[in-house]
Amino acid sequence: MSAATLRNLVTSANDPAQVDTAALPLLQGLTGLLPESGLRRGSTVAVEGTTSLALALLAGPSQAGSWCAVVGAPELGLLAAAEYGIALDRLALIPRPGQAWASVVAALIDAFDVVAIRPTGPVPPGLASRLTARLRKHGGVLLCLGQWEGADLRLTTVGERWDGLGDGHGRLRARRVRVRVSGRHGAVAVPREGQLWLPAPDGSVAVVTEPPTPLRQFQLLEAV
Amino acid sequence: MRTLTVWCPDWPVVAAAAAVAISPGEPIVVVESGLVLACSGAARGHGIRRGMKVREAQTRCPHLTVLRHDPVIEARTFEPVVTALEELTPRVAILRPGLCAVRARGPARYFGSELAAAERFAAHATALGIDCRAGVADGVFAATLAARTIAGGELALVVPTDGDAEFLAPMRIDVLDRPELIDLLRRLGIRTLGAFAALPPREVLARFGSAGAAAHGLARGIDERPIGSHRAAPDLAVQREVNPPIDRIDTAAFLAAAMADELAAALGVRGLACACLDIEVSTEHGPQLHRQWRHDGPMSADDIADRVRWQLEGWASTRAFGDISAGGIIQLRLEPAETVAAGIYQEGLWGGLGELGERAVRAITRVQSLLGQKAVVAAVPNGGYGPADRIHLVPWGDERAAVRESSAPWPGHLPAPSPATVLTERESAAVTDADGHPVGVTSRAAVTAAPTTVSYGGGPAAPVVGWAGPWPVEERWWDPRSARRIARVQVITESGALLLLVENGQWWVEARYD
Repeated sequence: MSAATLRNLVTSANDPAQVDTAALPLLQGLTGLLPESGLRRGSTVAVEGTTSLALALLAGPSQAGSWCAVVGAPELGLLAAAEYGIALDRLALIPRPGQAWASVVAALIDAFDVVAIRPTGPVPPGLASRLTARLRKHGGVLLCLGQWEGADLRLTTVGERWDGLGDGHGRLRARRVRVRVSGRHGAVAVPREGQLWLPAPDGSVAVVTEPPTPLRQFQLLEAV
Repeated sequence: MRTLTVWCPDWPVVAAAAAVAISPGEPIVVVESGLVLACSGAARGHGIRRGMKVREAQTRCPHLTVLRHDPVIEARTFEPVVTALEELTPRVAILRPGLCAVRARGPARYFGSELAAAERFAAHATALGIDCRAGVADGVFAATLAARTIAGGELALVVPTDGDAEFLAPMRIDVLDRPELIDLLRRLGIRTLGAFAALPPREVLARFGSAGAAAHGLARGIDERPIGSHRAAPDLAVQREVNPPIDRIDTAAFLAAAMADELAAALGVRGLACACLDIEVSTEHGPQLHRQWRHDGPMSADDIADRVRWQLEGWASTRAFGDISAGGIIQLRLEPAETVAAGIYQEGLWGGLGELGERAVRAITRVQSLLGQKAVVAAVPNGGYGPADRIHLVPWGDERAAVRESSAPWPGHLPAPSPATVLTERESAAVTDADGHPVGVTSRAAVTAAPTTVSYGGGPAAPVVGWAGPWPVEERWWDPRSARRIARVQVITESGALLLLVENGQWWVEARYD
């Protein structure tokens, strides 16, 4: 097989137009940023430094009919969640799971397509591997708001720039975010960066297509 | 709705035996995929039971006749019985070959009492040389079991009005005909319908899903789908005129299969499935033929096509069409006499969650049993000014009602995008101007000076890159004691954008646009 044929195969496999039953759909605007056209079932995704991006990731499956659960995030902005397109009637919230959070997450993984969690501290490696094994069996996606050791996909905001707000006038309207995408294997084994409207002036999520804003115009954010 | 059912015991055996011309009194079993589906009384005498492996049955009775399960033969043989019953009452619904139901009210009035009517029905079928019993109860399930529990030489049994639950209570759970559920219940030590019925419905729903909940409803004597209730829309009926007339079954069955697909698809796009089907056929010279088939749950396109084919076979065998006197079929019509929400057993209970939703709700109930009911919440859009007010959290399972109307005007609330993080406990902050003086908001909703630094949470003062506001809100202005005069300001600092709130000169961080 020649290199060109192989490349064609790879390209067609990455074609976002193809429906992937092994993956949950993403918002249209996110497909250009991530290595695959969907959230691979059974995978773990860690989103660091931004809650909005986590909401945008949840919105794709939620709009497509999936049930999502959020564990341990009492401060989640649910109005923003609805604005990104998350269906609130299929969203279960367990704001304070307490000591039982691992059992709660395990029970939810069995039934929900996406379970988002915000761990209060570092997750013991044994527990993490038990949860991911269960995840692979049931085909859900675990979305961690914060660090997750060994996550398949890791998204970190590097910088952001708000539009619409001046010195005493206007209001926050739109934001460009610089996101670093890394992961364990495949196309993201080498980290790459991209710019995202989060949200765009019309409220949607999209990859920045016009000449990307120079990095120095961003406020650099420290990873939380 | 009082229901009369007519039941022919061991119908698969009776039909299969008739087809090969042996007496149903012989030891006979009817098998499907290697397991005994039905057995004759003589076979039962040898210790043979339903669900037994064929080999085991043959060991118990070496001269056993083994016949294959054939729904077409069963339906065809049942047709004369239904035709006979229709001489007594018009609308007979076939539940399956060997079992049919009618509304009891009309016949009871005509024959003087429910018992008289039931006996008359059973006797009418028995006159054809077929063993037959009748039962009357409030629901189809109880009426069928009444017919099945008759012992001795009786023909009919009537369960008094409102007596279904009491009648069903001592029955063994095996009568539910849901092997997995029965197995589970047995392991929980539940052996009778009464014990099953005593479980709280909510728990049953959580543990066994909607199929379990439907069975639970049956055990409690609740008939969600009374016989003869017509709720479906006749405009969804599928009808074909055929020319030249069809006199061959295979041609008619082929047409019926296409119509079944069409009907199932038309219902499917509305989220419905057929649960009771009216089949109507017009022939060249004969009378119009009509038969109703009822199903426990939603029928698939294949289920519909099967029933139409069985019915056509039945009519053909009684020469209702296809021979010289009646002629061929000139019109075929399929009408959903009753519909249910597709994919679920009971409409009212679930409101169409689908399989995913059912699984999710079961997991939620498990979490609620772990942490308490209020630990799982749902978000409901609500009216209000601040980002926290505009979402109302209700315990999962409670009614999702807003506290304040969200469509009412809320002047001064901030348009989208809303903050992605809303602090549960707002954090006190200090906002200063270029000279280091605290910034205030005047009664005319203007800042006293442009804010240049913000500090909160014990952190150092962060420079303000941009800001906007204030957006004043007078909450409960009509009540001087609880009235609040607050204002909100958006600021951008190096660590991100914040929503600040000022009340009585004190600044707070309310939310983060992170």
